[in-house]
Amino acid sequence: MNRIAHCFADLRRAGRKALIPYITAGDPRPELTVPMLHALVKAGADILELGVPFSDPMADGPVIQKACERALAHGMSLRRVLEQVREFRQTDAETPVVLMGYLNPIESMGYDAFVAGAHAVGVDGVLTVDLPPEEAAELAEPLSAAGIAPIFLLAPTSSAARIRHTAQLARGYLYYVSLKGVTGSAALNVAEVADKLAEIRALTDLPLGVGFGIKDPPTAAAVAQVADAVVVGSALVARMGELADDPERMLREVGERVNAMRKAMDCPDPIEG
Amino acid sequence: MTAKALRNPVDFSQFPDRAGHFGRYGGRFVAETLMEALHELDDAWRAYRNDPEFLAELDVDLARYVGRPTPLYHAERWSRRLGGAQIHLKREDLSHTGAHKINNTVGQALLAKRMGKTRLIAETGAGQHGVASATVAARLGMECVVYMGSEDIQRQALNVYRMRLLGATVQPVTSGSRTLKDALNEALRDWVTNVDNTFYMIGTVAGPHPYPVMVREFQAVIGREAREQMLSDYGCLPDALVACVGGGSNAIGLFHSFLNDSEVAIYGVEAAGSGLETGRHAATLCAGRPGVLHGNRTYLLNDANGQIIETHSVSAGLDYPGVGPEHAWLKDIGRARYVAVTDDEALRGFHDLTRIEGIIPALESSHALAYVTQLAPTMRPDQHIVVNLSGRGDKDIYTVARLEGIQL
Repeated sequence: MNRIAHCFADLRRAGRKALIPYITAGDPRPELTVPMLHALVKAGADILELGVPFSDPMADGPVIQKACERALAHGMSLRRVLEQVREFRQTDAETPVVLMGYLNPIESMGYDAFVAGAHAVGVDGVLTVDLPPEEAAELAEPLSAAGIAPIFLLAPTSSAARIRHTAQLARGYLYYVSLKGVTGSAALNVAEVADKLAEIRALTDLPLGVGFGIKDPPTAAAVAQVADAVVVGSALVARMGELADDPERMLREVGERVNAMRKAMDCPDPIEG
Repeated sequence: MTAKALRNPVDFSQFPDRAGHFGRYGGRFVAETLMEALHELDDAWRAYRNDPEFLAELDVDLARYVGRPTPLYHAERWSRRLGGAQIHLKREDLSHTGAHKINNTVGQALLAKRMGKTRLIAETGAGQHGVASATVAARLGMECVVYMGSEDIQRQALNVYRMRLLGATVQPVTSGSRTLKDALNEALRDWVTNVDNTFYMIGTVAGPHPYPVMVREFQAVIGREAREQMLSDYGCLPDALVACVGGGSNAIGLFHSFLNDSEVAIYGVEAAGSGLETGRHAATLCAGRPGVLHGNRTYLLNDANGQIIETHSVSAGLDYPGVGPEHAWLKDIGRARYVAVTDDEALRGFHDLTRIEGIIPALESSHALAYVTQLAPTMRPDQHIVVNLSGRGDKDIYTVARLEGIQL
């Protein structure tokens, strides 16, 4: 069984929801990425989303754009991201790692070389933001064949027909983009998310993750009530950028943020007011 | 099968396919958050593209607002100088706002109106598409936001002021390389966020389907007119077509009506900047390789790791690391040939046309003219070249003066 499926099965048995932090590989400095991944796991992350830096991240807001720029300025590339996963795997054989990024670096490496490389270092899932299901078969099939989950986005605007089509190609989990906008946008509306998730659940058995707009423990807890996984990215990446010159504090504070979300998701306080 | 059909194994009217593919190029490579918006646009486009009422309204706008048909001008003196083929200029520079860009924005504006959108957004490099977008927005009384790289805002102050006069908001883009590609990223981000009321006017034959085909159809009026004008004035088709290629909208506009005429040679001219060997250029088809950017698969200028690299050209309108997917396909199947001329060669073309024919061309168009100076002498005087004079050069006066050390 793929580590992602394993993870969701374990969580379901324990009655818990997955917490999925996102960081951009190589940001703020390449040597901090693997320590950060371990810190995230220690703080309670179930699955790790590792962003592959791209020069033109058109679905990302300013926080992750800047993270990409910082990472690229340090010479990050898809090849080096795979090396970081290999290094992470030397001391963590359990936690699923999902690469999240854009198609061109993968095209540039070649689909076969990428799938083989990702498989060899222990990547569990690949989310390619600008690869909708219509264009995805050529990459999704070899990924699935290698035991790597192709993960796809769903949006508030996705029709039932698109949800069905996407679910057929997807493995691992579906990532529901909780608002109209780019990463790091304004806070999401939990009631609207709940309605859309119910619609999606009627069409697929895959676990549903929710991301974009989850900034704090209360929102994470509220989303965990209706979703199978909570993805948090910009809120962490912003702090990493601010603390770039103080790595120890960065590892500690970002870990604390994740841990606060973990606790809120596991034992949600009654909603205030 | 007729001899003509044998010579033309590809029926160009059948491309792109329903999902926007030109061979392996084109398609729709965007985040899921934009897919429904693209479907909505595609549905509207397919509903109206052959609608007699829509087309009649477009024809009236093109005739009375844009000033079409534009003349096909025989540059006799320049032809004699070069001592080869007869050169004919398709005078898009005489269009309202001074470039071919308005053909497309007038068309997209009619579509936006029918779709009930109240807000227009656009990206711009040199500012010509931004001005053409701001122009139609003013005419429709719609809000207009134009995204423009902060580098380009510095280089194109005149067009920035024109857009502001027209009531548009010019939004500086400070991410990435701060040029056209980054403006496109930012416009896409705006569209994702404001998809309910906003119409995104892409200015070239790139982007996710249906933009490449839609913009082509709006620009194809250039080639339709040129074909009729050649047939009525000279009783023959031209032997060669020449147009500059950045994203490639003026070029596709000229080429498209001639694609099935295999006897017509087609040349797209890219910006070689300081020279292809220097790496400082924008010659995507001549020096790039296929990849995916801005919603389509096409040739790109990118490094070994698939990161998009910065481009360089004296002409801001050609300064783009991608190119329309139809051009990528026409290159691969050999129907069109793509060449590149340097900044210096383009500047010589600029001065030649100005001094010999009394027409100041845009620096973009000057790339096409520079190639004509190489091509025409290799042809006979009874042969004809149609070159797309895609824009006028007023906007470039400051750039040219600066390069020559003159303070205006």
